[in-house]
Amino acid sequence: MERSGQRSENYSRIISGIRVSLPVAVGYLPIAVTFGVLARSAGMPPASIIMMSVLVFAGASQFVAVNLLAGGAGVAGVIVTTFFVNLRHILLSATTSEKLKHENKGWLAVMAFGITDESFSLLSTDRRKRLPRTYVLGLITVPYLAWVGGTAAGAILGGQIPSLLESSMEIALYAMFIGLLYPEVSSAVPKLYVALLALFLSSLLHWLPGMELSEGWIITLVTLISALAGAALFNDQVGEEGDEDDGC
Amino acid sequence: MTGAEYMLIIAGMALVTYLPRMLPLVLLSDLELSPFWRRFLHFIPPAALTALTFPSIMTATESSAIALAGGLVALISAWFKVNLLLTVLAAISAVFALQLLIL
Repeated sequence: MERSGQRSENYSRIISGIRVSLPVAVGYLPIAVTFGVLARSAGMPPASIIMMSVLVFAGASQFVAVNLLAGGAGVAGVIVTTFFVNLRHILLSATTSEKLKHENKGWLAVMAFGITDESFSLLSTDRRKRLPRTYVLGLITVPYLAWVGGTAAGAILGGQIPSLLESSMEIALYAMFIGLLYPEVSSAVPKLYVALLALFLSSLLHWLPGMELSEGWIITLVTLISALAGAALFNDQVGEEGDEDDGC
Repeated sequence: MTGAEYMLIIAGMALVTYLPRMLPLVLLSDLELSPFWRRFLHFIPPAALTALTFPSIMTATESSAIALAGGLVALISAWFKVNLLLTVLAAISAVFALQLLIL
C-alpha cells in the first residue's frame, strides 16, 4: 500500500510538471522547425541537424552555430562562441539549485541537461521552496521532445508551415516570460525595482550608440548587475517572503 | 564540411553547453550560501526574465508594434491571473489576428 501510494504521488507530480510545461512546448515548436529549415539551407545533413538538437538542446547557440557555419566558420570558432552564448546558464542553474538541494548529485546531473531559459523561468518562479525531481523531470521532457521533433520536421520537410502562423507563434515564449514575471514583481516591491533596473539597463545596452554587445552578453550582464544591485540595496527584509514550503 | 567535422562540432557544443548547466547545480548542492548570495539568487528571476523579454520581444514578429501588442495582451492576461497556457494562446491569437488585419 505504502509503495503504491508513493508511486501514484510520483505519477501525479510528473503529470503536473508536464501540464506546466505545455506553454514552453508550444513556444519551442515553431522555433525548432525554423532551426531545422535554416540548418538545412546552410548545408547541414539532416542527421547532424537532428543530432545537434538531441545533444545540445539550446536554441540560441544552435542558431548562432548555424549562422557561423553558413558564414564559413571552423570547428573551434563555433564551439568557443557557443560557450560564451551559454555562459548565462551558470546564473540560471545556480538559481535553480536553491530549490533542488535535497536531490542527490546523480539526479542533479540529469536534470541539469534540461535547464533552459524557459524551464528556469518556470522552476525559479515556483512558490514552493523545494521541488520534487519527478515534477522537474516531467517539466523538461515534453519541451525537449517538442524541440527535437520540431527540428526533425524542419530538417526533413523543409519550410512547409504557413509563415503567418509561424511568426505568430514566435510571440509564445515572450508571452510566457511576461506571464511569469508579472506575479513575481507584483508580489514584492524590491523585485519590481530590480526588474525596472533590468529594463533600463537592457534598453541602454541595446540602443546606446557605440555598444556592439551581442544578445547573449546583454542578457548575462543585465541579469548579473541588476541582481547584484538588488542584493546590495535590499539587505534586510527579503529572502524568505512569499515562499511557501509545501515542496516535498 | 565533412560528417566527422559536424560530429566534432556537435560534441564540442554539447560539452560547453552542458557544463555551465551542470556544474552550479551539482557543486552548489552541498554549499550553504551567505545571505548576500542568497539574496543575489533571489533577484535573478525578475532580472533574467526582464532581460530575456525586453527589448528582444520587438523582433518576435516582422512588425515590432504588433509584437509589443502581443506582449501587452500577455501582461493584461497575467494581471487578471489567467493561467499561463491561456496567456500564451491569447498572445498568439492576438498577434495572428493583427497580422491578418494589418499586413
